[in-house]
Amino acid sequence: MRLEVERLSTGYGRVPVVRDVGFTIEPGRLTAILGHNGAGKTTLLRAIVGVLPAREGSIRFSGTEVSRLRPHLRVRRGLAYVPQGQQAFGQLTAAENLRLVADYYGAAGRRRVADALDLFPALRELLARPAGLLSGGQRQQLAIARALVTDPELLVLDEPTEGIQPSVVTEIQEAIATLTRARELSVLLVEQHVGFAVAAADEFLVLTSGRLSHRGPGGPGAAAEAHRVLAL
Amino acid sequence: MTLVLTTIVSGLCVGSLLLLIALGLGLTFGQMGVINNAHGEFIMIGAYTAYLVQRALGDPGSSLLLSLPVAFVTAGLLGVVLEVTLLRRMHRRPLDTLLVTFGVSLVLQQLARDLFGAPSVNVTAPAWLSGDPFVIAGADVPRTWVFLFALSIGCVLGLRIVLGVTPLGRRIRATVQNRDLAETSGISTAATDRMTFFIGSGLAGVAGVGVTLLGAISPTLGTSYIVNAFLVVVAGGIGQLWGSVVAAFGLGILESFIGFSIGQSTAQALVFLVVVVFLQFRPQGLIALRTRSIA
Repeated sequence: MRLEVERLSTGYGRVPVVRDVGFTIEPGRLTAILGHNGAGKTTLLRAIVGVLPAREGSIRFSGTEVSRLRPHLRVRRGLAYVPQGQQAFGQLTAAENLRLVADYYGAAGRRRVADALDLFPALRELLARPAGLLSGGQRQQLAIARALVTDPELLVLDEPTEGIQPSVVTEIQEAIATLTRARELSVLLVEQHVGFAVAAADEFLVLTSGRLSHRGPGGPGAAAEAHRVLAL
Repeated sequence: MTLVLTTIVSGLCVGSLLLLIALGLGLTFGQMGVINNAHGEFIMIGAYTAYLVQRALGDPGSSLLLSLPVAFVTAGLLGVVLEVTLLRRMHRRPLDTLLVTFGVSLVLQQLARDLFGAPSVNVTAPAWLSGDPFVIAGADVPRTWVFLFALSIGCVLGLRIVLGVTPLGRRIRATVQNRDLAETSGISTAATDRMTFFIGSGLAGVAGVGVTLLGAISPTLGTSYIVNAFLVVVAGGIGQLWGSVVAAFGLGILESFIGFSIGQSTAQALVFLVVVVFLQFRPQGLIALRTRSIA
C-alpha cells in the first residue's frame, strides 16, 4: 500500500482551504499532520477519504487513482477513516456499530470484530449499550474499532484524543502504537498532542494556511523541532 | 357505549391505512430529506394492481392475497425508478422534491386515466371478508376493518424486524443518522437509499390493496390519503416507527370521533388544527431521540 497525494486542492463552496498539497505515505509508516486551528488538516483528510471532492490534483492508493471514487469504495480498497469528534451511530448499540461494518465481510468480519475488541477490551461490556450513551472516550475506541473491522491498509485518524480524559488518551495512544508496529498498518494522523504525534510518527508534515510548509522526520527526539516550527 | 366502540374501531381502521402509508413516507423523509408528494400515487398503483390481479385470476380470495406481494413489488420498483431518475439528485432539498414529485403525481394520475379510464373501478372483496361482521362488546366490526388492522400491524412488525435485526436494517438506520459516517464506514448509501425507497413505496402499494376493500378505485385515489399521512409522520416524530404507530391510530380515532359527531369535512379541518397546536408544544413529534453523541 502506498498513498500518493499530488497537488491536491479542495475547499468548501468557493472558499479554497487546502492548496497544492503533495506527500507520499509508504507502507507501514505513520505520518503525522500538524498545524494550527484552521490550517486545513481536517479538510485535507476529508478530501483523501472522499467526503469532500478534490478540486484539483490526484490521490493514488496502491497505484490506483481514487479521487473520483465514492468514500465507501475507498474503504473497500483499504482506506479507513476515523473522523473528528468521537463519531458513532448513536441510536445503534455498540455491537451494531461493529456488525454494521462486519456484515460486508462475513466470517472474516466477525473475526475482525473479535480482534478489534481485543485491542479495546473495555468495549466488551458495553456492546449492548446504545453508542449515543457511551462516554466520549468509549465512543472514540468504538470508532477506531469500527474502522479496523474494514481491515484497512491505511488508517486515517482525525484528532483521536481530542476532548478525551487522560487515562483513555493513553489507551488510544498505545493502541495506535500497537497497530503500526504489530500489524504493519499505515497511519495518517492529525493530532493536537504534538509530542505524542511526532514521537510516534516516522515523518511529520506541517500545514500552514492550507499549504504544506514543512516536513521532517519523526521519532522521540523530533518533538522539539516540531514545536519550534509550529511557533514560527 | 356501542357507538363509542364502533367509532374507535372505525378510527383504528382509518389509522391502519394511514400507518401503512406514513411508514414509507417517514422512511424516505428521514433518510433522504425527500418529501415525496407522489407517494399517494403508489397507493393508487397498489390499488390498480389488485384490480388487475383480480381480473387475471377471477377468484377474489386468492387474488387479494396474491395482490399484496405483487403490489408491494410493483409500487416498490416504481419507487426505485423515481429515486434513481429524479430524487437522488435532490437529497436534503425538501422543497424541490415537493414540487418535482407533485409533477410526477400528476403524470402518474394521467397515466392511470389513459390506461384504466377516468371512471372508478371496483375490486370484489372475498366472501370471507364480506360475511357477517364480528360482534365485539355489542358493536358490529366489519371483517374488512379487522383485516386492515391485522395487515398494518403485520407490516409494522415486519418492518421492525427488517430495521432491527437485518444487515439492511442496520445500514438504513446508520444512513439515517449520519450519511457521511455511513459512507466512510464502507456503506453504499446510494444502494441503501434505493432499498429504502423500495420498501417505503412497496408499503404504499400494500396500503393501496387495502384501500380497495373500502371503496372504488380512481386515478386520484391517493390524494385523499397523502395529507393525513404527512400529518402522521410529523406528529409521530420523523423516522420514529412507534411514534408513527401512535400518531396514526390517534389521528384515525380523533378523525372518526369528530366525523361521527360533527361531520367528515369538519373533522379533516379540526384534525389539522389539533396537529398544528400539538406541534407548537412538541415540534419534534411524539417521540424524540435520546443520545449523548452528535451522530
